[in-house]
Amino acid sequence: MEEIITLDYGSGGQKTSELIEAMLLPALDNPALQQLSDGAVLAGPVHGGVSETDGSAGPNGSSPIVFSTDSFVVSPWRFPGGDIGKLCVCGTVNDLSMMGAVPKYLSLSLILEEGFYIRDLKEIIASVAREANAAGVHIVTGDTKVVEHGKGDGIYINTSGIGFLKNPMPGKAGITEGDAVIVSGSIGCHGACVMMARTGIINGDALFSDCQPLTAHALAAAASGRVRIMRDPTRGGLATTLNEFTEGTGLCIEVDEDTIPIDPAVAAACDLLGFDPLYCACEGRMLAVTAPEDAEAIVSALRRLPGSKNASVIGTVTRRRPGHVLLKTTLGGHRLLGKLSGQQLPRIC
Amino acid sequence: MLYESAFQKPRQAKALLKKLEALSLATGPIRLMEICGTHTMAIAQTGIKSLLPKNIELLSGPGCPVCVTPANVIDEVLRLSSDPHRIIASYGDLLRVPGSHRQDTLWHRKAMGAHILSVYSPMDALEAAKAHPEKEVLFLGVGFETTAPGTAACILEAARQGIRNFFVLSLLKQTPPALRALIEAPDFKVSGFLCPGHVAAVTGSRAFKFLPEDYALPAVISGFEAGDLLASVFKLTQMIADRQPALYNEYIRLVKDEGNPAAQAMIRQVFGPGDSVWRGLGSVAKSGLRIRSAYADFDGARRFGFAPKETEAIPGCRCAEIIRGVLSPWQCPLFKTTCTPKDPVGPCMVSSEGACAAAYKYSE
Repeated sequence: MEEIITLDYGSGGQKTSELIEAMLLPALDNPALQQLSDGAVLAGPVHGGVSETDGSAGPNGSSPIVFSTDSFVVSPWRFPGGDIGKLCVCGTVNDLSMMGAVPKYLSLSLILEEGFYIRDLKEIIASVAREANAAGVHIVTGDTKVVEHGKGDGIYINTSGIGFLKNPMPGKAGITEGDAVIVSGSIGCHGACVMMARTGIINGDALFSDCQPLTAHALAAAASGRVRIMRDPTRGGLATTLNEFTEGTGLCIEVDEDTIPIDPAVAAACDLLGFDPLYCACEGRMLAVTAPEDAEAIVSALRRLPGSKNASVIGTVTRRRPGHVLLKTTLGGHRLLGKLSGQQLPRIC
Repeated sequence: MLYESAFQKPRQAKALLKKLEALSLATGPIRLMEICGTHTMAIAQTGIKSLLPKNIELLSGPGCPVCVTPANVIDEVLRLSSDPHRIIASYGDLLRVPGSHRQDTLWHRKAMGAHILSVYSPMDALEAAKAHPEKEVLFLGVGFETTAPGTAACILEAARQGIRNFFVLSLLKQTPPALRALIEAPDFKVSGFLCPGHVAAVTGSRAFKFLPEDYALPAVISGFEAGDLLASVFKLTQMIADRQPALYNEYIRLVKDEGNPAAQAMIRQVFGPGDSVWRGLGSVAKSGLRIRSAYADFDGARRFGFAPKETEAIPGCRCAEIIRGVLSPWQCPLFKTTCTPKDPVGPCMVSSEGACAAAYKYSE
């Protein structure tokens, strides 16, 4: 059967990885791309081409540039706690922040469908402006395209961003046995909230997207200098991101289910929709692996920041099941916590 | 939520597990079967198997509605999806089940342009019919006694509103006749049943009395939280140790002896019993629910000449044995090799409630 793109390839799980590793990487190979990080660290000012990406500071003491891009196709474009405008700023700002950079400049590309209301576009752009202001970034370039009615879903947005590296981190290679795993707040709010908004099952006010910029959170966490890696668990959720940390390494992350912060409203929504909150997207949360001695200090620092009152240490790096993530359940049993495969689907009985 | 949390974090779990250990020495090796996809998932998610004594084995039976739907039925559904004037509305899990050709699924057909709608409720399908009067909307009614009342209600609503372009393909099944067929099969080796709490909420606990009465098998109607499962396994083991098979209702907070009479009446009004083919069990008399002739206008099977053809089984796929609890997922030669959730061969790997998907995803 002829292979085609299905929605699975955009889920952020296994199929997405396959597409990147089997098609994109071989064709476009370069050292920056090979890292498969949230963004690329480009050492020093770039003069005509991609330079080495060893993560070190650039020449003459100038900070290396970090570059990232992200596209936004969320449906519905407005959801409790945010909209596509807020999301497209936070998404790229957070990718840069997770690399240890201070985000500075963003581009904004709009793909609009014929028939989209101008007043809706105004609302979205106001939201972009507000969020850019809050995150301390400037929209310095952009593009607008319009496609025929029926050829788009109202609005798609791409943002790319540049930041300057402040806290270089070793990445996966720096993860060490005994390290602590930290989450910056309750997980799964964004995914659960968008699904509820989409299905229209409940129009409650208990469920809001966690969408927010993580610049301050990332700076607070990385300040210790012994954070190995940070990542925001977007598509595929906490479970998928933790697997990205251990994949291909000789290490295992053991997570304690009881310590993972999940809002009761998110747990209830997931229960109803047949989703697992551990696989639900967050848009304003981060996972960090750090030297264990700094863990408590990082958690306390995070708890003073917005959306992070439930920041917690949720796991430890061990060698029990190399390359895997292991979950200790509330009951005290153990099970593997795999990557998201396909998309989360509704339960039917 | 607060109420449920008492069942999610049972305080006496450790003490209960200790007692269970002692009890299981008296019983020797026993095999307990659950027959509900939600139980399959809950057992996997709570990691309960990693805590149970070695003598107690938990098996998944024919409890996942997607898994028990045969491949040739899927083939026929795929055929129906190719008409551009038709919208197929289905619960999400069914979209990924291949028919007799690997990778040929509703999910794939959707990516190729077929109009396929993933819905949470048959009412969503009815809404789609109203929104697209120029098309025929066919809802794939899979499930057990749990989804049957909602499907019946939707047909009644369509009749009330006089909607002419809405049809239901009833693939609905009833649990007790299938259990009898399973028990009477020559390779049946199960010591007791964890009965489905949600099904029993509709049918009443008495629908499962035949297990101890006709077959001397202990049965516990169980809820879905860690505490429910643990208590139910304990009760089953105790009955086996005491050699006193009976029916016990652990899920008393939801399940009554008589069940939900209003839901039962609605099922009876719209559906009558019919023979139904189960993957793994074959044709089981009176195990299906057919749309009664009074509602024939909404019967998708009648309208579209639904007639599944005999097809070859998928080589190597052991879903049929796994559904009967004769084999565990690990005993299937395709498990984790050619059959994975990403690229499934059989339905047990497709459905999130399938035994293989749960084993793949959650086992240590």
